[in-house]
Amino acid sequence: MSIRVAKTGNEAVAEGMRQINPDVVAAYPITPQTEIVQIFSSFVANGKVDTEFVTVESEHSAMSATVGASSAGARAMTATSANGLALMWEIVYIAASMRLPIVMPVVNRALSGPINIHCDHSDTMGARDAGWVQIFSENAQEAYDNLLQAVRIAEDKNVLLPVMVTMDGFIISHAMEVMHLLEDEKVRKWVGEYVPENPLLDVDNPVTVGPLDLYDWNMEHKRQQAEAMIQAKPVILEVAKDYAKLSGREYGLFEEYMLDDAEIAIVVLGSTAGTAKEVVKALRADGVKAGLLKVRVFRPFPAREIAAALGGKKAIAVMDRSDSFNAVSGPVFAEVRSAMYGVENAPKIVDYIYGIGGRDVTMDHIKSVYDDLAKIVKTGQVERALTYLGIRE
Amino acid sequence: MAKSIDEYLRTQFMPHIWCPGCGHGIVLNALLRAVARLDLPKDQVCVVSGIGCASRAPGYLDFNTLHTTHGRAIAFATGIKLANPDLHVIVVTGDGDGAAIGGNHLIHAARRNMGVTTVMFNNSIYGMTNGQYSPLTPSGMFAATAPYGNVERNFDMCELVRASGANYVARATVAQARQLSTYIERAIENPGFAFVEAVGSCPTYFGRRNKLGSSLQMLETLKKNSVTAAAAAKLDPAELRGKIIIGEFYRGDAPGYIELYDGVIERAKEAAGK
Ligand SMILES: Cc1ncc(C[n+]2csc(CCOP(=O)(O)OP(=O)(O)O)c2C)c(N)n1
Repeated sequence: MSIRVAKTGNEAVAEGMRQINPDVVAAYPITPQTEIVQIFSSFVANGKVDTEFVTVESEHSAMSATVGASSAGARAMTATSANGLALMWEIVYIAASMRLPIVMPVVNRALSGPINIHCDHSDTMGARDAGWVQIFSENAQEAYDNLLQAVRIAEDKNVLLPVMVTMDGFIISHAMEVMHLLEDEKVRKWVGEYVPENPLLDVDNPVTVGPLDLYDWNMEHKRQQAEAMIQAKPVILEVAKDYAKLSGREYGLFEEYMLDDAEIAIVVLGSTAGTAKEVVKALRADGVKAGLLKVRVFRPFPAREIAAALGGKKAIAVMDRSDSFNAVSGPVFAEVRSAMYGVENAPKIVDYIYGIGGRDVTMDHIKSVYDDLAKIVKTGQVERALTYLGIRE
Repeated sequence: MAKSIDEYLRTQFMPHIWCPGCGHGIVLNALLRAVARLDLPKDQVCVVSGIGCASRAPGYLDFNTLHTTHGRAIAFATGIKLANPDLHVIVVTGDGDGAAIGGNHLIHAARRNMGVTTVMFNNSIYGMTNGQYSPLTPSGMFAATAPYGNVERNFDMCELVRASGANYVARATVAQARQLSTYIERAIENPGFAFVEAVGSCPTYFGRRNKLGSSLQMLETLKKNSVTAAAAAKLDPAELRGKIIIGEFYRGDAPGYIELYDGVIERAKEAAGK
């Protein structure tokens, strides 16, 4: 029923975009995202999609053109990485506040400076409060699956928010793996036609988009935006359930891996989850009750659900692939620890900042984190609340 | 005899990233020879770049160097020039960096006649990101994003910068390395905004996709297609199709921004009675 292929993350996402067949794609090249749009541009050139493809002159224009197209009533997409996302910044917020269901793959890359092209999560973590739904992927399969689901989530009438689907630069985007694509027809049917609510192109019912909104109503509009993010959570789960029927692959807000009876666990996003699962397996073979929680949906943040899953554990390590430079911790830690506040029998919880600028993360590194957790359980003491994993100091 | 350019190079950071046959090295060489002829002290030169293959050049140069973000080199350079007007501020940029994402900074620096020399390494393509067409990819040519030929029209950068108000505007290809170096020398000497477009070649992406032959053949083609501004004036548009017009298009002596700004300082001092 599905098609078994060997694809890189970028190729998989480009295929997904082809199947979604958006009305408009506007993009500017940037490593490691470039390939997605480049492959997609060949689909456009060869008539495989009906998309209008705009080769803009910067990411600021890419997001602007995407917002323009989406307001007009088109299904619009773009894709980027790191500095490209940073340059879009102004319009990233506008897209969310205008409630435009734009879907954007972001291939995670360290935000300059120093200049670097390799993976960390500083780019999308920086955009975590921009009002976009954010979905992280562990591998090419998930990037593809998340992309297709993103369209349905974004366009749901109770949501109408833009969605970022991320994958780790190079580690996923450029590495080939065996995965399953769905048939074109199936995807097109499942994703469906986009029916915009108040499109600019509906000339018989003229609307104004993006006008000045001062202290009179601004707060109510922002409250509605917040409500949309709250509503996104059940929608994400419904869409996942429906996608499971289509694909046989199940998704939640996060994945629990040997977590049920675990005493020590790590919380992780993206490709490192794959490495960490291998470590968990090895530890389990040695009788260590280790587990893992992989956050898939970072916005909306599944605080209550994570607290329920981690409550009763003895020690937790949060893995942050970016820094907040707040002199306390990385961003994921701040969210997870906040979620644990007031939880009965809350575990001890520590943070690890790792993999910055593409620094390799090996099984040994992850193993050392579990060893630290075991020590915390044994001594009841937290020696270090924050560790820069594998740093030379 | 002019000084050797070796002292301007940070050889410890070589080999460089440029592909065999890339024109960027010739442009860099022309720039360094210009600096050598002017005998500028290393500490009085500041080279600023954006992002791209061309923009990697400052990493190999033993001046004050600043590697910035994609498209923004001229904005950074403007700040440097205003903070220290005695510096010779030179911007190294690509055709994507300077004409696409950073095009706005370029025209405004020209309009202000800011005392910055800009050398645009025009290889007709976004080299670093594997060959998408840029605003300087000639119409009809092939690129990763134009498998059936580029439908967009390309800028004439020299006309654009000239119209924006720059004091010095010139173009040469890497097949005229000496001429290119002379233009860069004159650009550095000019106190206003000075722009030199160095038409080079990207054999890896532009050349291969357009079947332009070896890098040597690409160089020959650049030479063959070059027409001097004087000769071009006598040709009609049809004859000029596919040609590269080289030469100095403008050499003005309008006061540069720094001079005008010094004037404001003087007037303000007078008004304050100092
Ligand atoms: C904001 C931002 N967008 C995109 C990029 C990716 N990028 C790096 S270099 C480049 C194009 C470079 O082309 P050009 O300026 O012509 O220089 P060349 O590499 O050909 O010398 C692009 C798009 C980036 N670094 N930053």
